[in-house]
Amino acid sequence: MGKVAIIGVGQSTFVRSYPGSIRELVFEGFKEAMQDAQLSTKDIDASVVCSAPEYDKQRSPAGVFAEYLGLNPQPTFYVETLCSSSSTGLKLAYSLVKSGLHDTVAVIGFQKMSEISSSESQERMGRGADIQWESPFGTMMPAYYAMYAKAHMEKYGTTLDDLALIRVKAATYGQLNERAVYRKPVEFEMFSDPENRMAGPVASPLRVGDCCANADGSACIIVASEEKAKSISKKPVWILGVGAASTSVNLAGRDLFTGLTVAQQAAQQAYEMAGVGPKDIDVAEVHDCFTIAEMMAYENLGFAKPGEGKELIRNKETYQEGNIPVNVDGGLLSKGHPIGATGGSQIRTIVLQLRDEAGDIQVKDPEIGLVHNIGGVGLYGNVTLLGRG
Amino acid sequence: MSKVKEADDRFKKFGTVSFTSITKTNDFVDYLEDNKVMGTRCKDCGTSFFPPRADCHQCLASNTEWFEVSGKGKLVTYSKLEYAPIGFQDDVPYCIALVDYGDYKVFGRISNDLSEEDIQVGMEVQTVVNTLPNGQLNYVFTKA
Repeated sequence: MGKVAIIGVGQSTFVRSYPGSIRELVFEGFKEAMQDAQLSTKDIDASVVCSAPEYDKQRSPAGVFAEYLGLNPQPTFYVETLCSSSSTGLKLAYSLVKSGLHDTVAVIGFQKMSEISSSESQERMGRGADIQWESPFGTMMPAYYAMYAKAHMEKYGTTLDDLALIRVKAATYGQLNERAVYRKPVEFEMFSDPENRMAGPVASPLRVGDCCANADGSACIIVASEEKAKSISKKPVWILGVGAASTSVNLAGRDLFTGLTVAQQAAQQAYEMAGVGPKDIDVAEVHDCFTIAEMMAYENLGFAKPGEGKELIRNKETYQEGNIPVNVDGGLLSKGHPIGATGGSQIRTIVLQLRDEAGDIQVKDPEIGLVHNIGGVGLYGNVTLLGRG
Repeated sequence: MSKVKEADDRFKKFGTVSFTSITKTNDFVDYLEDNKVMGTRCKDCGTSFFPPRADCHQCLASNTEWFEVSGKGKLVTYSKLEYAPIGFQDDVPYCIALVDYGDYKVFGRISNDLSEEDIQVGMEVQTVVNTLPNGQLNYVFTKA
């Protein structure tokens, strides 16, 4: 059985409110990926459509997209793991190609969150948790991650300043990313100014500046067999490892609150499959839906020991020129978080890095890149390892 | 003459807003009305469940009995919300929290009687039934 490659990547610009329908939004990411791969629609054997349900009025969007993108009569279907949907889509595409069932598969992630109000959207995100036993208390994503932040701070002495440093890093690169929603600079001092929006309370201990914003966006990843990739792609990027895990939805069913078990488990699987370890990673994209999520990712992926993630950010080790550059495209904190498109955007960033096509944010000669994409509040964990040819 | 069987939708009374009304664990709400917070235990293998479940994933039996969540638990972590989802705005601010009872954990709210200065991770708390301003029932954590 041959290797599996990524031969094309694309994403739309992420925006607060997309001035078009979901099929038009999806076309943007798809077009860029197809042009990148230099393929025509007849070359795509199947498509996997990824998003979190409930944000769009269209039922079963896969069929609508297959028609609009010219992918009939090829098979298409829909997958969902909340915010990690497109990493799950990539894993499925990998399996479809690895099994020999298809040669070329398009993974299409999207979300148009602006069709509903921000508070409605928060309500839906709260229902990403246990609606029978948790949501009746009035839960929200920031509050859940805030509970992890509180536990991490209590156990390890991580501070709000450490979390602010993560946002400052994100903004450093978000300013360079033309596809990002939030492109303004963020200064460390903003967090200590009660008049500043960044310091505004959301769910203690997290502040506005600790949270990413909703966005509309699409992303597309073209996956191909080794034979196909070698025949048509000058710079295939290889899928070296895929890991995924799940845990209890209700926090009452969990034991760890200073990290995400699903990330630890998914990372271990991906490292094992690729035969590499954390020290071999040259560039990483992690799921920084909240600053604390990036801090925990450092530790759960093995870039730092438990409790020592704060040293990485204090020493700027996760900056572009650091030992392990993380989210040098601005991360979710800058790009915004169009749920189903987020994983695809992370994968795109790493693919561009491994092809030396990342422009201003290019890190030096990366061989292996990592994508960490989490669904829900540490409910679904996905880690993907990619390598250059 | 059609006979319409009335749905047992007691669960709609749980929480500020309940998102589901029909469950095999509906008795939970009756117990709340009786001022008791209850979990379930599998009669076959003895595993304790909170939140309560009708089915045991350990031994695949559906043979549970109720037990009362009583005594002291330890506050694992919490967060104070300054914004709330739709339907919960009138409750703001409030704290959601997780409490460890050893055999099981309980997710819920911290009582409004406790100010944030009184709340410490690791503190001992108990779980008590609470009637919300809109007449709905939930449970909250108070100082033990």
